[in-house]
Amino acid sequence: MNHDSLSDIAEDHAVRAETPKMTARHVDVYYGANHAIDDVSIDIGMENVTAFIGPSGCGKSTFLRTLNRMNDTIPIARVTGEIMLDGEDIYKSGMDVVQLRARVGMVFQKPNPFPKTIFENVAYGPRIHGLSTSKPELETIVEKSLRKAGLWEEVKDRLSDSGTALSGGQQQRLCIARAIAVDPEVILMDEPCSALDPIATAKIEELIHELRGRYAIVIVTHNMQQAARVSQKTAFFHLGTLVEYGDTSGLFTNPVQERTKDYITGRYG
Amino acid sequence: MTDAVPPKRQPTDWKTDTMQRRIRARYRAEKRFRFAGLFAVVLAAGFLAFLIVTMVSNGARGFTQTEIALPVDFAATDLFLDPQALRGPAAEQALAAANFEQAADQAATAAYGEIGPELLSNGAWLRIRDAVAADHDLLNGEHIFWLQASTDVDFGARGDTGTRRAQRPERQAMIARYAALNDAGQVRRGFSWTFLTASDSSDPTLAGIWGALKGSLLTMLVTIALAFPIGVLTAVYLEEYAPRNRWTDLIEVSINNLAAVPSIIFGLLGLAVFINTFHLPRSAAIVGGLTLALMTMPVIVISGRNAIKSVPPSIRDAALGVGASSIQVLAHHVLPLSLPGILTGTIIGMSRALGETAPLLLIGMRAFVASPPGGLTDPATVLPVQIFLWSDELDPGFIEKTSAAIIVLLLFLLAMNGIAIWLRNKYEQRW
Repeated sequence: MNHDSLSDIAEDHAVRAETPKMTARHVDVYYGANHAIDDVSIDIGMENVTAFIGPSGCGKSTFLRTLNRMNDTIPIARVTGEIMLDGEDIYKSGMDVVQLRARVGMVFQKPNPFPKTIFENVAYGPRIHGLSTSKPELETIVEKSLRKAGLWEEVKDRLSDSGTALSGGQQQRLCIARAIAVDPEVILMDEPCSALDPIATAKIEELIHELRGRYAIVIVTHNMQQAARVSQKTAFFHLGTLVEYGDTSGLFTNPVQERTKDYITGRYG
Repeated sequence: MTDAVPPKRQPTDWKTDTMQRRIRARYRAEKRFRFAGLFAVVLAAGFLAFLIVTMVSNGARGFTQTEIALPVDFAATDLFLDPQALRGPAAEQALAAANFEQAADQAATAAYGEIGPELLSNGAWLRIRDAVAADHDLLNGEHIFWLQASTDVDFGARGDTGTRRAQRPERQAMIARYAALNDAGQVRRGFSWTFLTASDSSDPTLAGIWGALKGSLLTMLVTIALAFPIGVLTAVYLEEYAPRNRWTDLIEVSINNLAAVPSIIFGLLGLAVFINTFHLPRSAAIVGGLTLALMTMPVIVISGRNAIKSVPPSIRDAALGVGASSIQVLAHHVLPLSLPGILTGTIIGMSRALGETAPLLLIGMRAFVASPPGGLTDPATVLPVQIFLWSDELDPGFIEKTSAAIIVLLLFLLAMNGIAIWLRNKYEQRW
């Protein structure tokens, strides 16, 4: 395997975060014969919002989904390399995927609330993981999660309405509340605003700001302005490789790599 | 790139004749298509209305019966029955030994002359016996019993004197006889509980649907108890767990073909496997149910797979994303969301099974069964087979019984579908 070039630089400084929550080393992902991710090494910092940017099909979502093993559901997907969560390899045999996904929550591109009530949407995670022993306790978890997601004031009087009856932006915040309810350590967001209007997008971005620090947040986005607004660290992916990773302000104002510069100046993508 | 400038395109003139003709032709085509659709709907509705009207007008009479008042004084008949014997432990034997049939004939002759016994249904005396068993005082003095009239009197009661059957002299006599009895107030027509509570009989006035209805019920219970869980689990396994390879492809093709196999083949299969190999009893509801389950299962598997496939992947992702295990994703989300689709397939499969005759004939369910089945292994028949058997009878009394049985079958079907549709609406969710 080709470990020179970027990976060697990476070992020095580029991929480091101050207090890494997750570390990926030499990760390759294959979909059948298709080499989707080529030797990516990166740290996800606890205190940061990390943005993955890059053109469509560059592998940023694929890589995101390796971080909580959502790729396991695709039979032809194969992951090699090493991904650590708090120093524990999440791909080692005997790793409990269910527990991993409780610790590394996920918010998807399209809001996907369950066709159940708002309350049930948020209560589902705590319930299957046995995080509450009584109904009042569960109700507290639901309220706290909805508050953190900034949705409580809007839905507190209609918790028994269907989650699918909410507007798109509200649905996405409901999905964030659902992810928060199981008390994760990392939240992965896969283009969470791509299906939302600008106002709903602004609310989600505000929410990401508030959640920062409590959770390690990784956000995949098409929108470079969004990456600049919400993140402290940015990783630029292109053709399955990690081209550049660094402080958001530095990467956007003074990119090291030619390809990064081309992308952020709109030359392609 | 060449420098040649393409000729400038003229703006389209929508007002020319050719354009206008095109537009008119388009509207006409649309209109024709709409009328064709409407015509199809009207035709279908017409056929349905014709079926229902015919069945109801023919079958309604099947639910009624004509009864004749017969005064019986047991002292005047040869019947000897000691009222004391009826109180003892040997009551049943005493009843069985007494010749009520002869007594009824004698009473009928006394009341209506020579033709008397012919006015009564062959099994009318059973009613006298049952009444006497219930009330011993009837043995003393004269009492009026309302007894089933024979088919011929029933025929007279119908009043359809115009048909060719009615023109026969002996029928004419019966029709006249009925008119006379009617004038004397010695006949009445009413709802026939016999039809709903009795089983098959060679006498249409005594024949009932209960045996076949219960047979159908038991058969359907066996069918759904087997086909639904096996079908759903098969669908779940194939859709969720099975690897994609040549074997699962083969299984898939086989199941799809199985759904298209003519039902009589399943009858042969049932005969060979359940009766000849496993030696299960012939004519029994359990064999019928097993055979129909084989036939219904592929339909449930196919519809179940489609329903499971149609659950949006985003819902699975959502559940997996909060850490649900695959079995939790299945039980909490995929199955509840696909249940309406699964139930639709089940309705179709069960409706087909309920109306199925051919495979059941092969496993012996066409036998003449005069008592309702007591259990799954008792000889039984089912509604469609009963209809088939009655439609073959010569006695005209069976014509209306056949229609009445069809009504019962349709009501059974409606009730079954009603439950399934209610369940489906209950679980139907939008996403």
